[in-house]
Amino acid sequence: MSAFDSLGLRNRRSVPWESVPRETERGFRETVLSAVANGWRLASFFGMPEGQSDTRLLAVLAHDASGSLGATSTVVGDGFESLTPPCPEAHLFEREIAEQCGVVPRGHPWLKPLRRHAPDHLPPGREPIEVDREAYPFFRIHGEEVHEVGVGPVHAGIIEPGHFRLQAHGEEVLFLEIMLGYQHRGVERLLETARADRAVLVAESIAGDTVIGHAAAHCGAIEALARSRKTPRAQAIRGIALELERLANHIGDLGAIAGDVAFQPGASYLGRMRGECLNLLMTISGNRYGRGLLRPGGVLFDIPPGMASEARDRLEALRADLEPAATLMLESPSVLGRLEGVGGVPREKCLELGFVGVVARACDVPRDVRHDHPYGIYRFAHIPVATAWAGDVLARALVRWVEIRRSLEFLLEQLSVLPAGAPRVACGALQPRELVVAMEEGWRGEIVHVAVTDARGAIRRYKVTDPSFHNWTAVALALPGNQISDFPLCNKSFNLSYAGHDL
Amino acid sequence: MLDLLRTRLKQGTRTSGFPGEAPEFPERFRGRPAFDASRCGDGCAGCARSAPSGLIQPGPPPMVDLGACLFSPEEAAACPAGAVEFTRDFRMAASTRPGLRSETGEVELARALDQRSRRLFGRSLRLRSVVAGSCGGCEAELVALGNVVFDLARFGVQFVASPRHADGIVVTGAVNTNMRSALQATWDAVPDPRLVIAVGACAINGGPFRDSPEVGEGVPEELPVDLWIPGCPPHPLTMLDGLLRLLGRIEVGPRV
Repeated sequence: MSAFDSLGLRNRRSVPWESVPRETERGFRETVLSAVANGWRLASFFGMPEGQSDTRLLAVLAHDASGSLGATSTVVGDGFESLTPPCPEAHLFEREIAEQCGVVPRGHPWLKPLRRHAPDHLPPGREPIEVDREAYPFFRIHGEEVHEVGVGPVHAGIIEPGHFRLQAHGEEVLFLEIMLGYQHRGVERLLETARADRAVLVAESIAGDTVIGHAAAHCGAIEALARSRKTPRAQAIRGIALELERLANHIGDLGAIAGDVAFQPGASYLGRMRGECLNLLMTISGNRYGRGLLRPGGVLFDIPPGMASEARDRLEALRADLEPAATLMLESPSVLGRLEGVGGVPREKCLELGFVGVVARACDVPRDVRHDHPYGIYRFAHIPVATAWAGDVLARALVRWVEIRRSLEFLLEQLSVLPAGAPRVACGALQPRELVVAMEEGWRGEIVHVAVTDARGAIRRYKVTDPSFHNWTAVALALPGNQISDFPLCNKSFNLSYAGHDL
Repeated sequence: MLDLLRTRLKQGTRTSGFPGEAPEFPERFRGRPAFDASRCGDGCAGCARSAPSGLIQPGPPPMVDLGACLFSPEEAAACPAGAVEFTRDFRMAASTRPGLRSETGEVELARALDQRSRRLFGRSLRLRSVVAGSCGGCEAELVALGNVVFDLARFGVQFVASPRHADGIVVTGAVNTNMRSALQATWDAVPDPRLVIAVGACAINGGPFRDSPEVGEGVPEELPVDLWIPGCPPHPLTMLDGLLRLLGRIEVGPRV
């Protein structure tokens, strides 16, 4: 048995399942806690049935400075001592383990349902656990003139379902609790049981605005397990698709923020330009969100030279329209006045609770999988990490704006130097008894897919972590101290996925 | 202020010419699938074995169910004889569920509402969106319908903030266990007469999540659906075409 950090585990490089340490519960706890104290963070933490009535807990740790990954595990019965009090970034993972596996993290300070469903990873020998899906104990503040506002699950616009419970004093928010799970579709079980060609369609549907991000992580995991090596051309096309997805969503988000502060020019110009990026994805893949493009082994659609030069022309035209429209928005005092100082996330909370993506980078935590755990095209074409420090709505908007320009540069460059090669190679059977971790920097942040195969090379456990899983807590932390009327603006500046969280 | 005006002039007018002008789609666009029964000679049922959805129900005679289509390249590739092909036809909304089934992939395009309903809704339709177990893709396209390109509001159709203000609901998602009661409560709160519009493969028959114990097979039978819009997700123009047909603003005509 080797130490957790000497398995040779890296992004998209699988290791034998036997090499993963199987420690005592106490040893596991000490390994995780000391790793986190030494600059590692929890990238994934989940349970899977082991034997008749036990659950194997697996922690995947990431060390961003060295680009390494580690893993350790332990076997527990129906409970274990919660890691959350000394290691708060475990809080949601432990709530998830309690709900999926029926294993109680004892001493967890906020043990509530996460998605509200019966355990779907319960060991076969354990009694089924009944769950009351309506029961959810909200935190309440009592006092004269304290009032409560409930929003959702059905919202006043075209928004995915979720419930927000605000405790407020007059207009000032004292506390926000977010109850999710309304979009729960049983995605992980589908990925574990469906045929391979159906599973990739499910992966494309984890979050409909992150089709490329999740499909890329899924394909990365499957390819590593099948020892399938993509060509540089396929890697470049995947990178182009991922940055187009980022471009579309970041531009759309800036437009939506403009809309929420009633700056109509920004909302209408940027909303239209988001569509231009989606239309470019449709030219390449036949679908506005890039469905059907990524498959294990590479991509289904090549970008021939004529299409590449047409795409470059369209991106140049987009850039010419985009610069003045975004500048108009981000230099208008009336817009800045509404974005600055609203919905701040403190940097130390980000580090403590493990926020990722734009949210982390906006409070000066430079986490970016493309930079920290590079893979595919990002090994050769580097995109500088964009950060801001204030952690507020404006900082999140500025990070997006910088990333828009960097993605545009990346796209224009890659489209003119596409390497030769086949767009897709064979991707055969999966290796038996292996563990793989595939990380991807989706437009919202870090996507993590973990897969474990059984003795026949079938998927034994498939774990999905969308960046929204971590970052919804940031929304809850950003609200107190703000006015209720700023809730939509704050929420929009995060623009998290309900489907990605709820799975 | 001058910058505002200058930018406004430069951005120009971007609204699509639809429905007056026929829209253009790129060559690879996967619209309505077509089925050529003459190429499916021996009825090998390879489609049923190897397609990731139930798009083709092997016969005899083989039937195409557009409601089950996930619009993935694999569904066409699954037929070894090449009898299934995605066309660039974006029009595929139907008034009835059987209208999405045929032997060729043709759709019985949506009919206009009766005269009384058209008098009520034809020039002003208010809709409430209920998302129930989706990936968020269909909602993104519903939001896109409101942008300056598709500009749904120019036809008098708007999404409203309360079911009490609505003339109907738009359902997206496979209708999962955790949203079933909220969907019912919203429907109960909409005053009569009212419409139901099912948008996307999930709302029609469960989409990619079909067979999961956490979801149903789309909009439950208790809700009387007036318009079925296939797609994963449907292109905004597929939705717009369906809505305008329902409102009698586009006549059912021959295909272009």
